[in-house]
Amino acid sequence: MFGQQVANAIALGSVYALFALGFTLVFGVLEVINLSHGAVFMLGAYAALVLVAKTNVGIWLALPIAMLGSGILGLVIDQVMLKPLRARRAHHLMPMIATIGAAIFLTNVAQGLFGAEVLRFPPGTIPELSFQVGEVHVTALQLSIVLLSLSLMAGLVLVLKRTRLGKAVRAVAESPQTAHLLGVNVEVVFALVCFTAAAFGGGAGVLIGLSFNAIFPFMGQPLLPKGVAAIILGGMGDVRGAMVGGLFLGIVEVMSVAYLSSDYRDAVAFGLLFVILLIRPSGLFGQVVERKA
Amino acid sequence: MLGIEGLSKRFGGLRVLDGVSFKVPEGSIYGLIGPNGAGKTTLFNVVTGLLNPTAGTVSLGDRELTRLPAHKITRAGIGRTFQNIRIFPQMTLLENVMVGMHDQLSYGLVSTLLAFPYHRREERKARERALELLSWVNLEGKATLEAGGLSYGEQRKVELARALATEPRVLLVDEPAAGMNPAETEELMTQLQNINGRGYTILLIEHDMRLVMGVCHGITVLNFGRLIASGTPEEIREDPQVIEAYLGKDDGDGGVLAQDQ
Amino acid sequence: MLEDLGMLWATYNTLIYSIGVHAMLALSIYLTLSCGLLSLGNAAFMGIGAYTSALATMKLGAPFYQALALGALFPAIVALVIGIPTLRLSGVYLAMATLGFGEVMRVVFLNMEITGGAMGLNGVPMKTEFWHVVTAMSLLVYGFVRLRRSKIGRAFEAIKQDEVAAKTMGINTTYYKMLAFVLGAAIAGVAGGLNAHFTYFVSPREYGFDPAVDILTGAILGGTGSFVGPMIGATILALLPELLRFLAEFRLAVNGLILILVVIYLPNGIWDRRLLAWCRPWGKADTEGEAEEVPCLVSKG
Repeated sequence: MFGQQVANAIALGSVYALFALGFTLVFGVLEVINLSHGAVFMLGAYAALVLVAKTNVGIWLALPIAMLGSGILGLVIDQVMLKPLRARRAHHLMPMIATIGAAIFLTNVAQGLFGAEVLRFPPGTIPELSFQVGEVHVTALQLSIVLLSLSLMAGLVLVLKRTRLGKAVRAVAESPQTAHLLGVNVEVVFALVCFTAAAFGGGAGVLIGLSFNAIFPFMGQPLLPKGVAAIILGGMGDVRGAMVGGLFLGIVEVMSVAYLSSDYRDAVAFGLLFVILLIRPSGLFGQVVERKA
Repeated sequence: MLGIEGLSKRFGGLRVLDGVSFKVPEGSIYGLIGPNGAGKTTLFNVVTGLLNPTAGTVSLGDRELTRLPAHKITRAGIGRTFQNIRIFPQMTLLENVMVGMHDQLSYGLVSTLLAFPYHRREERKARERALELLSWVNLEGKATLEAGGLSYGEQRKVELARALATEPRVLLVDEPAAGMNPAETEELMTQLQNINGRGYTILLIEHDMRLVMGVCHGITVLNFGRLIASGTPEEIREDPQVIEAYLGKDDGDGGVLAQDQ
Repeated sequence: MLEDLGMLWATYNTLIYSIGVHAMLALSIYLTLSCGLLSLGNAAFMGIGAYTSALATMKLGAPFYQALALGALFPAIVALVIGIPTLRLSGVYLAMATLGFGEVMRVVFLNMEITGGAMGLNGVPMKTEFWHVVTAMSLLVYGFVRLRRSKIGRAFEAIKQDEVAAKTMGINTTYYKMLAFVLGAAIAGVAGGLNAHFTYFVSPREYGFDPAVDILTGAILGGTGSFVGPMIGATILALLPELLRFLAEFRLAVNGLILILVVIYLPNGIWDRRLLAWCRPWGKADTEGEAEEVPCLVSKG
């Protein structure tokens, strides 16, 4: 039984990690808390659903297409909303507020288009396979989720650490002005990061949509505080931290549902967040932010 | 009066300040100079409590100020201006200076809400004092204008007035002459001397050597976070280590220290 | 004529009450915004106030004013608890903490027995009269006007414009941020209490993330330069659903669009002194140079 919960926890945690990763990328590089990440997550799920249900595209093709679409949406959000605010050197809370607006807009448009009911993937989307690992019952779905999330995250980490592009991204995250002076095209980096982050968010949406087989316009909403908790836990702007944070959050959540109460599932994340802020606001991997002058 | 003792600050592996010690005598204008990146602004940030030092102490008179929160250090008597000018752009000049008077006003929330006469009197006194301070920098005529619309040089002056409003015993001024033309710099020199003449001790970071040599009674030179020389302007001008720090080699003619910047 | 007014009142009094209460909520969020803080939890505070005061009258038989006072006290205490760890950090942390907090309260309201779960609380005595709302609003407006012309108002503004510089001016920024946040929560709580005793029903859905964002949108739309802006914005947003009925389900999407457009194109909101330059409630007769006259944070007398 415990082993089963661990398997569930890891599956859920890896998707949370994927979501948190997109969130933390935008924060680390653009210094923006992107509260539309939840809406992009949701639209990714709907995109995959539409593809699978209305066309003959299987889930394995629908997923990357949905991710691509989400990525483009993230790019649009950056160019249309965040870029003008950067140009204007607006107060640092303004981009966050703008992304709230985008979230409201996208969520309600989705509701208008698809209705408020919970929709489900057609049966047979994911093969009904499962494996026995000792006493634990692992479904093909869980396995694919974990493999997919881990490979995407590993891919990202590789790019960041080993490629010139990754170096450029890290330089911009450290200091856009310095990176610019060193010849990096900062705007392109911003755009790419928003694209990637949104793609990851949309991907997470598809995976969660498959996990719970439930897609509805407000599905992204509980995820935002969880994403926030994950990145604060791991350290704001830290890529490893987001992944660890997301994983940890998934584990805590599944365990609390299994052993405490399921009603308060969504509140667990905040409880955790609060405790972290009290004890160690810089998170596991973050650095304590020195007050700047 | 202002004592810096063994002050060090590390950022990760980077030693931005390394065992800096000097004293700013009461009533003087004291200069802190050094090439870019020498750690001068960091020193200011540590002294004013915006950063915590890795080691060392800061004291004002016989009171130790190390590691106190910034607002308490200001209350203890250290005022400051910023290198990048940090006035409040969307307030008037008068309001900017009155923010500086925050600690001098002792009324509370209740007095404010019930509009006690005490509150009114204090506000009026503060307003008068703010206008007076603005007159010291020749800006009282523009008191009701929005600070963000002023010229660079004028904004610097507002920052000075605002810092003075905190009734500092020591005023830390960070590159006041940056971006000023020679005429403005002359005016600044006079204003600094006037302020000093009224009894304020001034610690000055500055690159403009004419200004530094012209007004400072004593100078400390930093390079790479370390103190390399301390003394009178004449001593500093001749000091080979200082010359080398600025030029990279000793070519004997005093180089940058003898010219305008 | 009086009959017509009477009929107008009968038809629209709910709307007018709603506007009044939401204007109060707008003022509560304005208070935090005026200090540079973004709180996404003020609707949740309003909910705590609503539930607390409703339970006080219903279960404890408390008199109305005491119930309202409790409805102000509880959110204030919760705000204090949230504020202590978060307010010494940058404002971003508060925004995120209140985001999480709003979510938690949504779950709590939906699940706790004492709050009636998903059904909410029914049968709250109808005690709110129009004059209660008017008085509360007037007191608040008066309070804001007084605060502006004081060191407290200036401290808020200074923190909002440049927190580091504010610290250097001797302002204990953590204390003032806490003050703004806690007072804002208390005001939201009173609004909740008044609302509960008018609509005689407390619903968990009324106090979640969406209303919080609505209020924020209203405040930004109206303009955060003064307390007038958020009230105007809140009123517009309260009336908007009536005007936009034809958009059906896409009505709320418009709110999101408004927020985006205002943030990008109209950053100072509608009640922006530059836009209203031709009408100067506070201004002096002459302007020197190119710099501008602005409403004064300094008492004249």
